[in-house]
Amino acid sequence: MAETGFRNIITDGLWSNNQALVALLGLCPLLAVTNTAINGLGLGLATTAVLVSSNATVSLIRNFVRPEVRLPVFVMVIASFVTAIELGMNAYFHELHKILGIFIPLIVTNCAIIGRAEAFASKNNLQRSLVDGLSIGIGFTLVLVTLGGMRELVGQGTLFDQAHLMFGEVARGMTLKIENFPGMLIAILPPGAFIGLGLLIMVKNLIDKRVVAKAATQTETSEGAAGVTT
Amino acid sequence: MEFQTHSSPHTSRPNRVDKVMLQVVMALIPGTIALVFYFGWGVLLNVILAVASATAFEALVMKLRKRPVLPPLFDLSAVVTALLFAVAIPPLLPWWLVVLGMAFAIIMVKQMYGGLGYNPFNPAMAAYVLLLISYPVEMTSWLPPQLLVEQSLSLGEILSFKFAGTLPVDLTLDAITMATPLDEMRTKLDLNQMISEIRTSPLWGDFGGQGWEWVGNWFLMGGIWMVYKRTITWQIPLAFLTGLVGMATLFWLFDPESFPFPLFHVFSGGAILGAFFIATDPVTASTTRAGQLIYGAAIGVLVYIIRTWGGYPDAVAFAVLLMNMAAPTIDYYTRPRVYGHGGAKNG
Repeated sequence: MAETGFRNIITDGLWSNNQALVALLGLCPLLAVTNTAINGLGLGLATTAVLVSSNATVSLIRNFVRPEVRLPVFVMVIASFVTAIELGMNAYFHELHKILGIFIPLIVTNCAIIGRAEAFASKNNLQRSLVDGLSIGIGFTLVLVTLGGMRELVGQGTLFDQAHLMFGEVARGMTLKIENFPGMLIAILPPGAFIGLGLLIMVKNLIDKRVVAKAATQTETSEGAAGVTT
Repeated sequence: MEFQTHSSPHTSRPNRVDKVMLQVVMALIPGTIALVFYFGWGVLLNVILAVASATAFEALVMKLRKRPVLPPLFDLSAVVTALLFAVAIPPLLPWWLVVLGMAFAIIMVKQMYGGLGYNPFNPAMAAYVLLLISYPVEMTSWLPPQLLVEQSLSLGEILSFKFAGTLPVDLTLDAITMATPLDEMRTKLDLNQMISEIRTSPLWGDFGGQGWEWVGNWFLMGGIWMVYKRTITWQIPLAFLTGLVGMATLFWLFDPESFPFPLFHVFSGGAILGAFFIATDPVTASTTRAGQLIYGAAIGVLVYIIRTWGGYPDAVAFAVLLMNMAAPTIDYYTRPRVYGHGGAKNG
């Protein structure tokens, strides 16, 4: 496998191989909990924590696990971290834990996590796996927060509603509210999640297309100079 | 587009989108006039507002897509969408909900999938469902038919309510609006009342609600004219109504006091409009003849099921959208045998 630099791992995780927008993995929690930005942030951070720790562990034990049993071993590793994080959230963010409910334990079934363990961590060293876990996790979290924010804003006219669940009582002032906004209930309901995700993917593809078009015109203007970089 | 044939038959009918759409618009006129007659100027304002905003959004999207703006405006498909939407929504719906519905129908449901001919879902019904789910109170407050009210709102009062949300001081919204007959029937049935008892109210006509049944009748006229002109095929409307009446008869015979009689279902809500104008949308419906029979019958059965046991009073929009999703599969399994390929089943 060709050694790619840290920069590539990071851009892959955040943008070009974003697990939610490109790989479309982990859609079940993605669609289910993103009715507010804070819910999205909570689940995103929990997923990131699991991803980083499971990637690190899988990378450390990758030379001691026989290929025949690797998947059960990965699942065991992920399940242990999810259990630890679920108990931790129950203790420190009890209200948020109650809202997210079943979706915290369900992180274990998030295909993005076992996907990274299998496709990346089992083939790479500790540092690279850590960076990969972190960037994939942050990429996933960004999508969750954006989608949650969009749905919250359209659905009930607020942004960062219930921020105190996450950041304590001081954060109550963080909540933005549009006064007299009638709200469009469908954005909060499940169809809103699908429509919102579709729109996000559309925006990402549009940006990618613009970037490619821009690069093409640039190489045209600087023809022959140093246009070999792709 | 004209298809010229070099061998017989040489008589042909120019089959153009704008002609077909114009026929649909013409067929909708009697029913729309009846709606205005029974429910006041609000209906006409909805029509104007919906047609204007649908046309504007269509032009905007064509501009953004860098396509010629005028052809899709003159093919009248946006006008048909707007008309179907306008006759389905309550007369007193605030103006911004009408515009929002049309924005969703034209931009998201129609143009984002590629424009006319590519949309998997019926734009008018998708917009209706979006509004019904998001704003259930506004979408279920109908006016009573004008035969039943002593004083109706004047055009100025309707305008001020639709655009500014203000009513004359001595009136409240609850005082002037009421539920649709379907809604009324459901609520009363949920209270365990008998149908013979429910129907003693002056709200009811011979089959459905006062006024409502006549609106249905006029839409039926337009629909039959479209079948006669071959704008639509007879398969979908017939199967739709057969499915609905079949289900209704079955349960009505079983218990006539808790399940309304079949013609009530046909002449209430959007059944006639749905059967002739909405389910027959050539883009989103099934295209094979056998498929159209299945498609129509399934919508009819679904309408009955959702009306009777579902959460919303009328069901045409939900049933049509559900079957839109199934239409490609139905077409796949009902493909006619190509001559010379695959053996004939009999001999």
